[in-house]
Amino acid sequence: MTDIRSFEAPKEAGFGDFVQLLKPRVMSLVVFTAFVGLLVAPVHLHPVVGFTAILFIALGAGASGALNMWWDADIDAVMRRTKGRPVPSGLVQPGEALAIGLALSGISVVMLALATNLLAGLLLAFTIFFYAVVYSMWLKRSTPQNIVIGGAAGAFPPMIGWVAATGSISVEAGLMFMLIFMWTPPHFWALALFMNEDYSKAGVPMLTVTHGKKVTRNHVLGYTLALIPFAIGLGFTSIGGPVYLAISVLLNAEFLRGAYRIWTRDEVMAEADSYKVEKAVFRFSLLYLFLHFTALLIEAVLHGQGMGGW
Amino acid sequence: MAFRAPEHEIHRRRFSRNLGVGLALTCFVALVFALTVVKVTEGDLGHANDAPGMLGSTVPIAPEEPAPAPATSAVNP
Repeated sequence: MTDIRSFEAPKEAGFGDFVQLLKPRVMSLVVFTAFVGLLVAPVHLHPVVGFTAILFIALGAGASGALNMWWDADIDAVMRRTKGRPVPSGLVQPGEALAIGLALSGISVVMLALATNLLAGLLLAFTIFFYAVVYSMWLKRSTPQNIVIGGAAGAFPPMIGWVAATGSISVEAGLMFMLIFMWTPPHFWALALFMNEDYSKAGVPMLTVTHGKKVTRNHVLGYTLALIPFAIGLGFTSIGGPVYLAISVLLNAEFLRGAYRIWTRDEVMAEADSYKVEKAVFRFSLLYLFLHFTALLIEAVLHGQGMGGW
Repeated sequence: MAFRAPEHEIHRRRFSRNLGVGLALTCFVALVFALTVVKVTEGDLGHANDAPGMLGSTVPIAPEEPAPAPATSAVNP
């Protein structure tokens, strides 16, 4: 009797697979916004301290990404967009993702607190908790408002950067937080409009799944309108100025035009051109956020030269 | 004549992981060292024991006053 069975050797993860666990693309946005938050603050840190702060804010964001991948491995395996991630593809074991997430969370919080101040460390700890527990464990599978509330996790990095430099929270830090917080819903709902099948298959109650695309289109326009005062209001604070204000007005006008076009379309029109407008608005939303923070950076440079500001 | 066994994919991945962890730890040590140097040279020695009045504190509660001059005794034994 022959007993020949196919044997598949266990998969072995390389270093790059563990890096993927930290969601490097999300980390790049965190690094940029935290860097701007730190740089526009009125208190200047030593470059080594500033670098350490940014590094551990990014590592904290990566840790929360690893915890998210550990918790969401089952739904990641179903969604086309996420099934290649290290845990669902079998390269990294769920327990390893959990261990890395917890260890990096501890290291990043302690190191940020030691390098800068306790408030910055506590804010980072709260951000990790908010993303891994409040968003991933509580909200994501239970309410269509998941990304509205969960968006706070992505909005904290510039505030942490500011607090790392100044040691306190201010109007400027609050408005930078609100800019990302209010930007998140239209950004993700524009994505959900053309990736609906993925969320529906995984049973994630995105607004498109629970209330339909018409309601989602209304929400994209509504939240874009609510975002504008915060984006433009930031221009009137101590970190804003004419350059920021001019850029912000143009960006908001374009974003509003896109949201309005999404609102006026129906599914027949969207399917006819393969969601061309929705995809364009989603891409523009990324540019929108990037250019707002770049404008803050330009103002900070101008301030340093004795120009800019009000 | 030396023979080298062909390297398996698993070994290559394991090596990349070990190398990555090694480099990350080295960078972490270098960063902590640099941070320590900056903190010390900038005089940022703030920690709990440095609060004024704490045991072992290097911060005095109030500026030290010069010790009073020894009083000349009015009453001689």
